[in-house]
Amino acid sequence: MTYVNQPVRKKDAMALVTGQPVFMDDIAPKECLIVKLLRSPYAHAWIRSIKTDIAMKVPGIECILTYKDVPQNRFTLAGQTYPEPSPYDRLILDPHLRFVGDPVAIVAGQTEEAVDRAMKVIKVEYDVLEPILDLRKAKDNEILIHPEENWIANCPVGADNQRNLCASGDQIEGDIEAVLADCDVVVEETYHTKANQQAMMETFRTYTYLDTYQRLNVISSTQITFHVRRILSNALGIPKSQIRVVKPRIGGGFGAKQTAVSEVYPAIVTMKTKKPAKIIFSRYESQIASSPRHEMEITVRIGANKDGKIRAIDLYTLSNTGAYGEHGPTTVGLSGHKSIPLYGKTEAFRFHYDVVYTNMMSAGAYRGYGATQGIFALESAVNELADKLNMDPVYLREINMVQQGQRMPAYYNELLQSSALDRCMARVKKMMNWDEKFPCRDMGNGKVRGVGVAMAMQGSGISNVDVGSVTIKVNDDGFYAMTIGAADMGTGCDTTLAQIAADCLSCDLDNIVVYGSDTDVSPYDSGSYASSTAYITGGAVIKACDSLKKRILKEGSRLLELPEEELDFDGAYVVSLHNPDKKITLKDLANESLHTTNNALQVTESNYSKTSPPPFMVGMAEVEVDTETGAIELIDYAAAVDCGTPLNPNLARVQAEGGLAQGIGMALYEDVIYNQKGQNLTNSFMQYKIPCRQDIGKVRVELESSYEPTGPFGAKSIGEVVINTPSPAIAHAVYNAVKVRVRELPITPEKLLKEMGKFA
Amino acid sequence: MKLNVWLNGKKMQDEIEPGMMLLDYVRQKGCYSVKCGCETSNCGLCTVWLDGKPVLSCTIPAARVEGRHVTTLEGLQEEAAEFGGFLADEGGEQCGFCSPGFIMNVLAMVRELNDPTEEEILEYLSGNLCRCSGYMSQLRAIKAFLAYKKGERAV
Repeated sequence: MTYVNQPVRKKDAMALVTGQPVFMDDIAPKECLIVKLLRSPYAHAWIRSIKTDIAMKVPGIECILTYKDVPQNRFTLAGQTYPEPSPYDRLILDPHLRFVGDPVAIVAGQTEEAVDRAMKVIKVEYDVLEPILDLRKAKDNEILIHPEENWIANCPVGADNQRNLCASGDQIEGDIEAVLADCDVVVEETYHTKANQQAMMETFRTYTYLDTYQRLNVISSTQITFHVRRILSNALGIPKSQIRVVKPRIGGGFGAKQTAVSEVYPAIVTMKTKKPAKIIFSRYESQIASSPRHEMEITVRIGANKDGKIRAIDLYTLSNTGAYGEHGPTTVGLSGHKSIPLYGKTEAFRFHYDVVYTNMMSAGAYRGYGATQGIFALESAVNELADKLNMDPVYLREINMVQQGQRMPAYYNELLQSSALDRCMARVKKMMNWDEKFPCRDMGNGKVRGVGVAMAMQGSGISNVDVGSVTIKVNDDGFYAMTIGAADMGTGCDTTLAQIAADCLSCDLDNIVVYGSDTDVSPYDSGSYASSTAYITGGAVIKACDSLKKRILKEGSRLLELPEEELDFDGAYVVSLHNPDKKITLKDLANESLHTTNNALQVTESNYSKTSPPPFMVGMAEVEVDTETGAIELIDYAAAVDCGTPLNPNLARVQAEGGLAQGIGMALYEDVIYNQKGQNLTNSFMQYKIPCRQDIGKVRVELESSYEPTGPFGAKSIGEVVINTPSPAIAHAVYNAVKVRVRELPITPEKLLKEMGKFA
Repeated sequence: MKLNVWLNGKKMQDEIEPGMMLLDYVRQKGCYSVKCGCETSNCGLCTVWLDGKPVLSCTIPAARVEGRHVTTLEGLQEEAAEFGGFLADEGGEQCGFCSPGFIMNVLAMVRELNDPTEEEILEYLSGNLCRCSGYMSQLRAIKAFLAYKKGERAV
């Protein structure tokens, strides 16, 4: 391997660090109409009347749309493979407003000033309704969030709009009650994770225009070009053949852009006015009307014998999908399917759930996608179990963790073909000096240091659903053009996929040009989400290179007049196995292939997988808690991750460090907070505090690789598993320091002080 | 109103709206490296130099820079590529949306502080948010860059 497993620079790195204009708003035409949204001030209301006549008279205004002007077919903004599991519960504009920030009108004009002025003079009268702002009160409430008759659930996900249910389900394996009753120790606790914002630095944004053929072109900061095409077709009621979606460079996604948050608004403006249009979400809008992590309340019952053998896990998840059901039915699944299988010796498990509508902003996909919430709950419960058993929580995990070669009943009964989870645990234990530091050390100055531990898993793509495709062609002089449908959003997949191709084709990395993603040009790819790109699209690269090599040999056979079986392709030459003098360079072959041939040197291959091999991670946190103020300082975070073969160790490490930093933010700082009227109080970076570089302490990551036999060069995923350990590990470390269990995130000094009895 | 300003060493004369912010002005002049990441002066993406000192262009009215020198990454291409290479070798640029503002501040720090400690680095750059990298790769890049510069000076 020349390139795979090497820390090569990203192909786009130098363009990015020198600030080249490669993002959506850098390349949008200057004549774009400016599109903005007038948003609901109420959490739950009906529009009684809306008057736009005065606003239309503002100079420069081109178009104002209300619910009367949009198609009446419901759709979902979730970027998922058809048929989408998320219910069709949206209109572009709806007279029934379901959260503070729900769009009331779309305003487009020549300048931002004109649009701002027009928005102020649109007259709206509202019939204000009582909202549901507590996920515990939503199911079977007499207030209905989606009473409409044309609400559709495409898949059997246990949804019922007459009960405010976006999804529900119950999976039982073994006699869970009997096994729990037979256990020596049972822990039963409820954990609460809040909504979190992905807070990618580039907010949601899209521009649209009609091309020469009057087709709608959509240039958007998205992870899901092909799904956006379907979503726009559904929303606008126009055929997919009339839509092209292209992504430029993307300023971060983390799942946020797996929902078509911004695309429909400029698209409908362009369809109505025939003019180019763009929308740039403000940070305020990105905070109040976007696609954050699902708030979940998870009740865990876990039973074990005195010797520590974990025998039964029962997990109930109540998930808050907010006003709309984007990713509601699917995120909840991961809270059980990607937590319970960490423990390989259970005799019985149960996983049941309800996903409810409320009058908060719709949730969406955020790195970890439900697994993060489930793992916080289960790993916290395991730490409580260790305490009850009076057992080292590391030892408790060592004797229960799932092992390579085991079947995982709670993970679609998949066989675990690669795991270095045990080695990850051993490594991090050493890095943290666990035996010396567990559980805590009094520093003698009113401060106590504690350590905590957690394990995590994720998947690598969605088994039997996700498809990745790659087209590779040989151009003049023998350079390769590789077209992908996956979306590099900063992760570096343009580069890692090229690394795979360069090794398969035995060529220089610079000899491979990568382009993506463009629905008119790219082969179909379900998109960059669910930790799928390295594993699924990476597999497609290998298949495509194999097919292309066969084509090259066929062309060599024609030109050398030798049978294909006698030829070899070494990257530079097609050469006879019997006579090394009989050969042709790739350059000559490529140039010859451009005339008088029936053998196009271009291939497209697709790849899907029947399995979704889990990457694993172990994280340990050391915190220092001030017993007077409750202040928590993260001193050290040590982690080891098993992503199979790291395709690019630099990029894998940065994925891990970046995911840990987001996880640390989730654990200690980040919280989407609403007031009693359903107004979002955390509507800027002043209130919603993502970690700065002084907040995260020391983060140390080691790559502890297994080899996944079904993955490209042994690779599994890395992007999501990395966010899952900080919340449970830090909560555990805080407990070990001051004996306060925080079961609701984030873990704040206020919560500690309250429990420590320092508040009156 | 009229604005006279030096932008990346070139003298500009423009008619601007009185309320226009420096961020919008420099982007209008084609300096697309300067980004907006928030509206509350929290993220550092819009960092430019005003008379050689880093400032947040989102909160400075363009009218306030009359007669002064404004520098963006477009005017520091060689230095950007030099430090940027160290960042790229760590994979620390990731999505790259925050990179220009961050690099403007790194280059300002290198000019202002002689041999900064880790603590000084973190403090100087605390206003530059990044959501991708988790900051560790950026710190490694800065340390490697400072060592390289120190070596250059010693020769």
